[in-house]
Amino acid sequence: MMSHAAYVIASYVVAFAVAVGLVLWVVGDGRARQRELKALEAAGIRRRSAEAPGGEAQ
Amino acid sequence: MNEISLAIRKFSDLANPTRFLALADRVLPWFAALTVLFFAAGLWLSFTTEGDYQQGETVRIMYVHVPSAWLSMMCYTVMAISALGTLVWRHPLADVSARAAAPIGASFTFLALVTGSLWGKPMWGTWWVWDARLTSVFVLFLMYLGLMALNRAMDDPARSARVSAVLVLVGFVNIPIIKFSVEWWNTLHQPASVMRLDGPTIDPEFLWPLIVMAVGFTLLFFTLHIAAMRNEIWRRRVTSLRRQAARNAGRESLAP
Repeated sequence: MMSHAAYVIASYVVAFAVAVGLVLWVVGDGRARQRELKALEAAGIRRRSAEAPGGEAQ
Repeated sequence: MNEISLAIRKFSDLANPTRFLALADRVLPWFAALTVLFFAAGLWLSFTTEGDYQQGETVRIMYVHVPSAWLSMMCYTVMAISALGTLVWRHPLADVSARAAAPIGASFTFLALVTGSLWGKPMWGTWWVWDARLTSVFVLFLMYLGLMALNRAMDDPARSARVSAVLVLVGFVNIPIIKFSVEWWNTLHQPASVMRLDGPTIDPEFLWPLIVMAVGFTLLFFTLHIAAMRNEIWRRRVTSLRRQAARNAGRESLAP
């Protein structure tokens, strides 16, 4: 039988782990997508709306 | 221009993903800072206020359990509104919003279930019972997982958007069932003590930390949701740019 404090601590540890996990996932996902966009831009592939006027990136 | 039409203009301006990205960049640091602030205050209150005369220290589990349970339902409500946005107004960001919210909602539901279990063992003497409240929240958790699987199963977001929007709206029937399960059926879970028509019946000693933690959790949700929506927009841009690159490559090889 655990003491009451152990249940409280376990709850806060799980809550902390879930919150940190979510933040790390969102930040990591964002960084990976940014890297992919930069790589595509470096390869000369741009969104049509972001192309220079005159369509030189064709 | 009157105020309502100005508000509608502002909302429809957000339909442009580029505008949304600019807005997200501007508001995210503020949301993140506020989240940290509220969590700091909430945690301090959670551990400095007194324990309950019957429950002792375990009452502190409430300050993480109740906000995560509220959020599990609020997140699904956000998804249901987004689903309406997809089906009725064809708002281009509605599907992005619903898709980004699902994993966050699943996490908060998981947290509500685990902390509930950790509270149930010392107070009820059992980790789990199949009563109406616990079962309906477990069903909500499964629905989140199902929606995430469905979103991943279909490559084309344009096609999966409508299907998952219909599913989200059908599943919304579970939300009032969760909310009123403690009144409609005999449950081991206690009935509502904060969101009541006749006002909260909970002691102010516990109400304050609970409110501050609930605001902190809500801010955390919106921070994560906006950031996840931004990620989803970026993900879709990467996909369409890769398609565009493949098309261009095909054209070049066909026309020498």
